[in-house]
Amino acid sequence: MRVSARSTQMIAKIVIWSAALLVIVLLLAIMIYILLKGVPTLNWQFLSEIPRDMGRSGGILSTVVGTLLVTAVAIVVATPLGVGTAFYLTEYTREGRVTRIIRFSAESLAGIPSIVYGLFGFIFFVIYLKLGWSILSGGLTLAVMILPTIIRTSEEAIRTVPSLYREVSFSLGGTKWQTITRAVIPSALPGIAIGIILGIGRCVAETAAVILTAGSALRMPISLFSPARTMAVHFYILAREGISMERAYGTAAILIILILLVNVVANMLVNRFVARGR
Amino acid sequence: MTQQAKIVIRKLNFYYQKRLVIREFNLEIPANEILAVFGPANSGTTTLLRTLNRLCDLIPGAHLEGEILLDGENIYAPDVSVTELRRRVGMVFDVPTPLPMSIFDNIAYGPRLGSMKTKASVAEVVERALRMAVLWDEVKDRLHTPATRLSGGQQQRLCIARVLALEPEVILLDRPCSGLDPVSTAKIEESLRQLKEHFTIIIAPHNVQQAGRVADRVAFMLMGSMVEHGLTAEVFANPKDKRTSDYITGRFG
Repeated sequence: MRVSARSTQMIAKIVIWSAALLVIVLLLAIMIYILLKGVPTLNWQFLSEIPRDMGRSGGILSTVVGTLLVTAVAIVVATPLGVGTAFYLTEYTREGRVTRIIRFSAESLAGIPSIVYGLFGFIFFVIYLKLGWSILSGGLTLAVMILPTIIRTSEEAIRTVPSLYREVSFSLGGTKWQTITRAVIPSALPGIAIGIILGIGRCVAETAAVILTAGSALRMPISLFSPARTMAVHFYILAREGISMERAYGTAAILIILILLVNVVANMLVNRFVARGR
Repeated sequence: MTQQAKIVIRKLNFYYQKRLVIREFNLEIPANEILAVFGPANSGTTTLLRTLNRLCDLIPGAHLEGEILLDGENIYAPDVSVTELRRRVGMVFDVPTPLPMSIFDNIAYGPRLGSMKTKASVAEVVERALRMAVLWDEVKDRLHTPATRLSGGQQQRLCIARVLALEPEVILLDRPCSGLDPVSTAKIEESLRQLKEHFTIIIAPHNVQQAGRVADRVAFMLMGSMVEHGLTAEVFANPKDKRTSDYITGRFG
């Protein structure tokens, strides 16, 4: 039986609308549920004190600091490596065996479960390089983990920059480096920023890889060599060991608020930058 | 030609991979004139223009034989600075290509790549370039707004101004009016006639009529070869080659 064009149009519309609606409802439901459960626990003490009695009382300040530091190390290490690799793949080499190997490796890395990264980080950074359970080990492990994401999104962002921009820059007497920094990067930056934001999100949310490399110490970290517990790990331990569900939800609420904040700020920065050119 | 030619092209062959795109091409281009290199699509005019500022270097698998002399010096000699050459031989593309930045920054792009750093001198060059391209009065109050908001014709004059800001000697224009309305086209052609006092201009026009309107000399290309060249009036009135007359009168192409 043939369905009329009018009905297929109608059906398609309904299917697409309900898909989008379902996703939004699902996301909002999760967020609202966690915020409802978590926000009542929040108070100044929760934010400003370090956990006491394994997290039964006190606050979560040291885990917030731990999360921020581990993420910062990962981003600072992975961004230049990832963006540099993306520029190498797109601007400095022709398609061939080398680019295929790099891309294949990056794509394989992207599919590895995070616990495997944790194991690798534990063996390589913690034990072999003798960095111990530390913010540095955790950050470096996360850097390896988010590298493929940053490479791939940056590469796509660079590829969408019209080749005419490059030709214009070269024709005005630009060198390759000037062309990349002045004509390509400004246009590719919003896309590159998305890769970095995705990376931040994954770092903040990661549990398995961090617990094996940064440890789960509750003290306030004093240097990059201190062990630290991130908020995601704290949440996991509080919930898993039945220490305090309210405090677990409180931590989760802060975690979600933090991620939202990162996204909003990053978007604002990107939009401001894009608005200058368009 | 009595005076020395600005550009001399000798026995130029140009290959993409194995395909010969320009064959046995010879031409002398005098200074301070407008030369129109015209021909049907795929006759090699774009490629010819791109060999003159070495933008064809960017094409993978391209290969060139013969020589191109600019003021008597081979631009393909090993010690030539390509970036320096491209500042002397500027190029305007077939689609308007403002970079995603302000009008001012677009014009200042070239000067800033070089040694020009002080704000005052950049501003001076930008104003002079915009005046020469007859765009100053239209944009002087919004120099810091994005260039992409200009109309198509304004964008193309911006691209001409951007090249003028390099203070080049030769300007290449590859079908600069192909997407523009007749009024914008007329404005650009008018500014070209004024600019030839200071520059040597080589244009690949988007049709025969434009070659007739703006050029002092024309060169007719077909399948990568020169068919004939000479003063515009002579070639248009008495083409020596039958293919030229057929093309000019619109029998093919």
